[in-house]
Amino acid sequence: MRAPLLRYVAARLVRALLTVFGVVSLLFVLLHAVPGDPVQAILGDQAAPEDRAALRSALRLDQPLVGQYAAFLGDVADGSLGHSFRQRGTTVASLIAQVLPFTCALAGSALGFALIVALPLGALAAVRRGTRWDAAASSFALVGLAVPNIWLGPLLVLGFGVWLRVLPMPGDEPSFASSILPTVTVGAALAAILTRQTRAALTEVLAEPYIRAARARGIAEPTLVFRHALRNALLPVLTIAGAQLGALLSGAVVAEKIFERPGLGTLFLEAFFDRDMPVVQGVALVIALFYVLVNLAIDLLYGFVDPRLRRA
Amino acid sequence: MTRSALPIGVWIAGVFLALAVLGPWLAPYSPRTIDLAHEYETPSLRHLLGTTDNGVDILSMLLHGARLAGIVAITVVLGSLAIGTLLGTLAGYRGGRSDHVISGVCDLVQAFPSLVLNVAVLALVARPGLLHLVLALLVNGWVLFARIARAQALVLRQAEFVQAARALGYSEARIVTRHVMPSLMGPLVVQASAALGSTVLAESTLSFLGLGPGASASFGALLDQGSSVLLRFPHVALIAGSAIALTVYGCHRTGDYLRDRLDPRS
Repeated sequence: MRAPLLRYVAARLVRALLTVFGVVSLLFVLLHAVPGDPVQAILGDQAAPEDRAALRSALRLDQPLVGQYAAFLGDVADGSLGHSFRQRGTTVASLIAQVLPFTCALAGSALGFALIVALPLGALAAVRRGTRWDAAASSFALVGLAVPNIWLGPLLVLGFGVWLRVLPMPGDEPSFASSILPTVTVGAALAAILTRQTRAALTEVLAEPYIRAARARGIAEPTLVFRHALRNALLPVLTIAGAQLGALLSGAVVAEKIFERPGLGTLFLEAFFDRDMPVVQGVALVIALFYVLVNLAIDLLYGFVDPRLRRA
Repeated sequence: MTRSALPIGVWIAGVFLALAVLGPWLAPYSPRTIDLAHEYETPSLRHLLGTTDNGVDILSMLLHGARLAGIVAITVVLGSLAIGTLLGTLAGYRGGRSDHVISGVCDLVQAFPSLVLNVAVLALVARPGLLHLVLALLVNGWVLFARIARAQALVLRQAEFVQAARALGYSEARIVTRHVMPSLMGPLVVQASAALGSTVLAESTLSFLGLGPGASASFGALLDQGSSVLLRFPHVALIAGSAIALTVYGCHRTGDYLRDRLDPRS
């Protein structure tokens, strides 16, 4: 029984490694294929030719493409991700490490918020199909999807910070209360998506014969829903959550701007305005790697939970 | 609701597209007319939606912003549709190595959140303009179209009418362009109208973050201005945000409506 599981894990790991290599290569190709001269972008039109030449060699743009690619791979492989242009001597990795915890905390709490809202609400909608509860859950999902995060953030600040004055404004001292609105801003759309997903998955599971059998054995309805049905419905919900991770991180970029918080998004935008290309590349790469790793973890989890998948 | 009644979302999307065409002619002021004596005014008869930074008329800014959003969305969606259909059909119909390569590239592009990829591409130019914005959005815009076209082409490859065309000795090129591609169009049109909404949102988000084409009026830039004066002049952000939310909602509902109409199973 052990061998199929090992083979499943090995196959997924190899595929994740290939994806990582592909992601690094794609980023390199993209940033070199798009028309535009980084030296021009960084120094502007009036720079002296010597400065241009110096920057060109610092950026390794004077080397052939293959050499640049090898150097880029080297920077990724040694974990430094290269050096920042603006803060000479600082590696991109150390800049990212300084702010990563903030973004992870924000993304994590947003995911937690989404699950805490979506699982009970979706379950309620599935169990009480066609009732007012179901309608309420659907309208919540519709509103959550229709209100973009760039709009939800300012709305929440206006409602809770300016009018009701119950929560801190952007830029106030960091505290638990000051992280509530950013969390909701990032997590609302995911909560809406997961509510729909939970409702659909649970509806399907509740129609299965084994649920009818359990009900016939006299198992109490709450136990039936939460122990027997929701467990099996969780897998598709988790997969969707993993697939939505990118949107969650984009949301973090937006929320960090609105709420003036430090994090990957703030670092990313600052690097953009400074035209600090290694930092822009590095942050994009870290975010993509994060996405690949989380989806690998979900894949592996699937393999452990559902033995049928190990054969695939 | 009767089957023939158009849902409100389709009307909203239609109004948005009409304003994208007519907006600049309907605008009562130029989005660059500065009137410092009337900065951040609430709506009045002189300024129907009030004024923002430097006394610029909000309604005029929105009407010009609709033009920008419309141009960006339509260009990006048509470009994505063309690239995605071509690559997706190639992958699905030919299979084998082309499928591996194209599907692989789709997976890799989707490993990046679209916002992050757009920003990384825009960072390459000194002053990103309209063209750069469109290019940056195209980098990931085509992927969903390619996936849909591929899935459809995989099925169509085995379809009886395609096999019949093959048996009749038609060239592969003719089969693909005259028989396979026209049958792909239904789901792609549905995706296109939903993508209009997502592209408007992407343009607004980039402009909101300060990465849009600097010289143009934009929904997102107006929302950004409004957010910085939220405490004293909330009407700016409220109006700009509603414009974005309404447009995106309308385009998505139009996609849902088209799917229901085009898919006989639902």
